[in-house]
Amino acid sequence: MASNVHRCGRRAILGAPAGLIFSSGARAAERIGFDDLYGAWSVTGLRFSDKVQRLAGQDVTMRGFMAPPLSAEAIFFVLTREPLSICPFCSSDAEWPPDIVVVYLRRRALPLDPSMRIEVTGRLEAGSWTDPETGFVSQLRLRNASFARG
Amino acid sequence: MRRHHLATLAVMAVLAAPAVQAQTIFPVDRAEILAGSRFDLKVEFPGLVAADRVAVTVNGRPVAGVFGRAPDFIERENDQPASSIVLRDASLATPGVYNLRATDGEHTASVTWEVYAGGQRQARNVILFVGDGMTVANVTAARILSRGISEGRYNGRLVIDGFPVMATVGTSGVDSIATDSANSAAAYNTGHKSGVNALNVYPSRARDTLAHPRVETLAQIVQRTRGMSVGVVTNTEIQDATPAAVFAHTRRRSDYLPITDQMLASGVDVLMGGGSASLLPQGTPGSRRRDQRNMLDAFRQQGYVFAEDAGSLAEAAAQTGTRRLLGLFNLSNMDGPLDRFYLRRGTVERFPNQPDLTEQVRAALQVLERNPGGFYLMVESGLIDKDNHPLDWERSVYNTIMLDNAVRVARDWAADRNDTMIVVVPDHTHGMAIIGTVDDNRPGRDMRERVGTYAEAGFPNYPPADARGYPPSVDVSRRLAVFYAAYPDYCETFRPSLDGQRVPAVRQGENYVANEDLCRQAGSLRREGNMPRSVNQGVHAVDDGILRAWGPGSERFHGFVDNTYVFRGMAEALGLGQ
Repeated sequence: MASNVHRCGRRAILGAPAGLIFSSGARAAERIGFDDLYGAWSVTGLRFSDKVQRLAGQDVTMRGFMAPPLSAEAIFFVLTREPLSICPFCSSDAEWPPDIVVVYLRRRALPLDPSMRIEVTGRLEAGSWTDPETGFVSQLRLRNASFARG
Repeated sequence: MRRHHLATLAVMAVLAAPAVQAQTIFPVDRAEILAGSRFDLKVEFPGLVAADRVAVTVNGRPVAGVFGRAPDFIERENDQPASSIVLRDASLATPGVYNLRATDGEHTASVTWEVYAGGQRQARNVILFVGDGMTVANVTAARILSRGISEGRYNGRLVIDGFPVMATVGTSGVDSIATDSANSAAAYNTGHKSGVNALNVYPSRARDTLAHPRVETLAQIVQRTRGMSVGVVTNTEIQDATPAAVFAHTRRRSDYLPITDQMLASGVDVLMGGGSASLLPQGTPGSRRRDQRNMLDAFRQQGYVFAEDAGSLAEAAAQTGTRRLLGLFNLSNMDGPLDRFYLRRGTVERFPNQPDLTEQVRAALQVLERNPGGFYLMVESGLIDKDNHPLDWERSVYNTIMLDNAVRVARDWAADRNDTMIVVVPDHTHGMAIIGTVDDNRPGRDMRERVGTYAEAGFPNYPPADARGYPPSVDVSRRLAVFYAAYPDYCETFRPSLDGQRVPAVRQGENYVANEDLCRQAGSLRREGNMPRSVNQGVHAVDDGILRAWGPGSERFHGFVDNTYVFRGMAEALGLGQ
């Protein structure tokens, strides 16, 4: 897989406007992992972790995978814990795993191969929000974000 | 030359026109309809027709006279230049052969239906167990792992092995020889054949997925005509195709939110499974809804007791006042026994107290038996299929053992009653086969060299099953060699997937390629897929399924039956045509 992924990933990155790829150290940001997002899981809903509540409004860095774009017009992408194509949740009728993060980039970028790990830095925002253009509902977002291969 | 060719095609098109232009009638030709059950009659004309030129007759009589009211005429369906007539909730009370003819003045089409009634009621209750995607190899492997085998004899039998009645079941639908779980479960629940992705509707040209011609379900019939209770138990999301087929009507099985709303409206008494995400208001993390409706509250307001884990389920079921029970034990699909009891993978750490299917069935029976009028209970072991798809045979076999354990609970409950028919059936099969063993101690660097066939296969060395009926480990040195007939590009590891459900292929652009994580395992075998590259997993087989049945009324199943006959057998055992 490695060689194929690199080929596909490089094409996507080279296709993006210059300046979109930041190194992970470009902004001072605390790291937060997918395991840190929710403090409690229950069938009646998830509860944000103390860490998310503490970091809300601040820049954070997350590693994950860019899901295939929802539509050509979407100005955001979905960051997932696992590559979407190898996520068992996603192969069933369930559309998304519950612990996704929506990323709004500072500037547009072309989609990457979904199997490439990336590192995203952006301002963490917590709470239900509906994207006005697509109607996509998210609980956690990274705003004004940039990403690099991670 | 080219022009001549086009001209020829045009002539052929004109000549072919009458055949292509015939109107489409639902229910389709050769439909078998339970006397008194309801169905939507629809005739789709290929173009615009004048209402006064349309004539529809049943056995020569005008349709309005036969059904007691005139159908609606829709001049432009979907705002397109094509007319239809629709009669919702039609029914025919008298058994017999019915010929429906529809004409627009120029073209005539006809279908013939059989309306059947059956005899007197034989069973107070019917329990339908669906092993989703359960293949003969699933059952054989379940027997080997759960009961053991030595010198050619099994050291015990499964519960379903003791069922006295068997039949083979054809699973094809109106649109294709290959079915999906929606289409197939719809046949079990209505007795009508349908199409892939359709739940209890005929796949028509309606644009709205909720507007297709509906057929009444067994659940609706027993509620409406007998005052019986209905239960649905699964370990998939409760909105998934098989459970939804008990209570929902839609052309598109992925309509999870409308299906959830229909579930509330259905009045089904006992509902258990995963899939709470579709019931939580949009603002709640984990929700999949697009509105602020809290469906858990809506169910509570209609008298449902809510249970969210094994403990609260047992407690709710034990309360004698509980008549309606909603148990949701995971946001998405529940976890299977291999992960819950032994490997602790999947979502087990997040939802550590999910009940076993046996506990769900016990609780369902406890609540449903409070209705002296009887009940219809559908129980699905749905992860058999969800594990067969990614070629994860160990997980699918553990889910098969769990199905057998759950059948034991029902059979033991019913054993002294002589009033309950139990049917165990897959909804379709997979191309799964056991061909021998894989022995780590055989020579050879490549794992394929360690596959033993015929005399070299010997017997596997799984540890004896524990009290639950499962070997506590699948990671043994001589294990079953199991392969699937349909597969994407993937790497065969010849080993169980201990870190979580197997992921054979990953997406690359528009296609799926082998998951290199598996290819890196020592001795793995790279296999080029035998299906289109857009396919990421195994697919359903068209092979017959095996039905097993027990209890009063079960004797009617034998030989080969269509999947629609499963409905007919249950309906006749309950005397619903009388």
